Amino acid sequence: MAGSGDKVTLLAEWPSPYVHRAQIALELKGVSYEYLEQEVWVNKSELLLKYNPVHKKVPVLIHKGRPICESTIILQYIDEVWAGIGPSILPSDPYERAVARFWASYVDEKWFPSSTKIMKAKTEEEKAEAVEQSLTGLNLLEEAYEKSSKGKPFFGGDNVGYLDIVFGSALCWEKTIEKISGIKLIDETKFPLLAAWAQRFSAITIVKELTPETNKLVEFWKELQAIRNANTSGN
Amino acid sequence: MGVKLLDAWVSPFGQRVRIALAEKGVEYEYVEENLAEKSRLLLESNPVHKKIPVLIHDGNPVCESLIIVEYIDDVWDKKPHLLPAHPYLRAQPRFWADFVDKKIYECGTRLWKLKGEEQAEAKKEMIEILKLLAAELGDKTYFGGDAFGFVDVALVPFTSWFYSYERCAGFSVEAECPEIVAWAKRCMERESVKKTLYDPEKVYEFVCFLKKRYGVE
Repeated sequence: MAGSGDKVTLLAEWPSPYVHRAQIALELKGVSYEYLEQEVWVNKSELLLKYNPVHKKVPVLIHKGRPICESTIILQYIDEVWAGIGPSILPSDPYERAVARFWASYVDEKWFPSSTKIMKAKTEEEKAEAVEQSLTGLNLLEEAYEKSSKGKPFFGGDNVGYLDIVFGSALCWEKTIEKISGIKLIDETKFPLLAAWAQRFSAITIVKELTPETNKLVEFWKELQAIRNANTSGN
Repeated sequence: MGVKLLDAWVSPFGQRVRIALAEKGVEYEYVEENLAEKSRLLLESNPVHKKIPVLIHDGNPVCESLIIVEYIDDVWDKKPHLLPAHPYLRAQPRFWADFVDKKIYECGTRLWKLKGEEQAEAKKEMIEILKLLAAELGDKTYFGGDAFGFVDVALVPFTSWFYSYERCAGFSVEAECPEIVAWAKRCMERESVKKTLYDPEKVYEFVCFLKKRYGVE
């Protein structure tokens, strides 16, 4: 049992897929933690500014009083600290680790930004371009899934792994993009493997429990856009 | 099959890999890529990004410089360890290396590519970035403490670009962040760094070539 010195706190924000990643990993390892909702968009909360002065973003994991920032770094930290508990999040083979990290980086730097651009697009042309980029990415990820899973249910094989968590946490936003823009990205006729994987991942109890409802995410997105527009058109 | 590195001489990302391989004493075949005419091997090994560096180990390609450096540290699991064993002590270097990745190259590019107000903004940002790094370094010998490590490898190739940033934007890194310049000098005493980094004048020549190509004056 963890003593108070081993306390785990997560500075969070309910709509953030990056926060969900940390939560999934902590739950998989059976680690109890304190969830603290932060104010991120208008007036950043003091705790956030204290523990993540460089980026001022969530998630921040605080363990034994020390902060760990950046969701993928948090995932690796959780995997390493609670290494003996449950299956490994990262593959044990160095090459497979490098491949998992590569695709996680691809999701974060390319696929997810191009997908959210679909909702941000101001013209039909911009929207079409963003859709094309997102679909190109999904083609690559479909192939990557086939190679990584080797016929098993997850990118990580029999168990949920690093890339499952990184990519899987974005699925609630994929549904939100569909609601807002009418575009179904992970279409089972185009990406049968990914579509099946997405269903499996979303059906996992802990994932189901912490995934926000699409309607709430749609509302959140609209509010966020309003804040962004006010900031740019204001002073 | 061995180790092959697809790279380009001036690339700070490629240099990270070269430094890591040298630190570990790994023998490898260096392949200079012509980025204007990428080889079939490069396009096949990195079909997603089509970029260097790519490390090909026993026929398996590894892409993205920091991922490659961690791979090298994992596979050649001997001294010097670029990342420490303790999870928290691994999380901190990963954070700062990621910070270098997100900030320096993009800001540096704006420094030589832009003029006027935009360049002034980039200069201000670069100084802030370097000051943050200086604060993180503190009075340690290296970012890794006594041992040369992951963040040192991630950042040191950019030190040969400082001269170009200074010439293009009109400031002095030494005046703003003497600790970083002192740290860079210490790193240059290491064989791996000395043999890998190019003379800042040569890098500046390359930047001037890029400026001509992009029509920047």
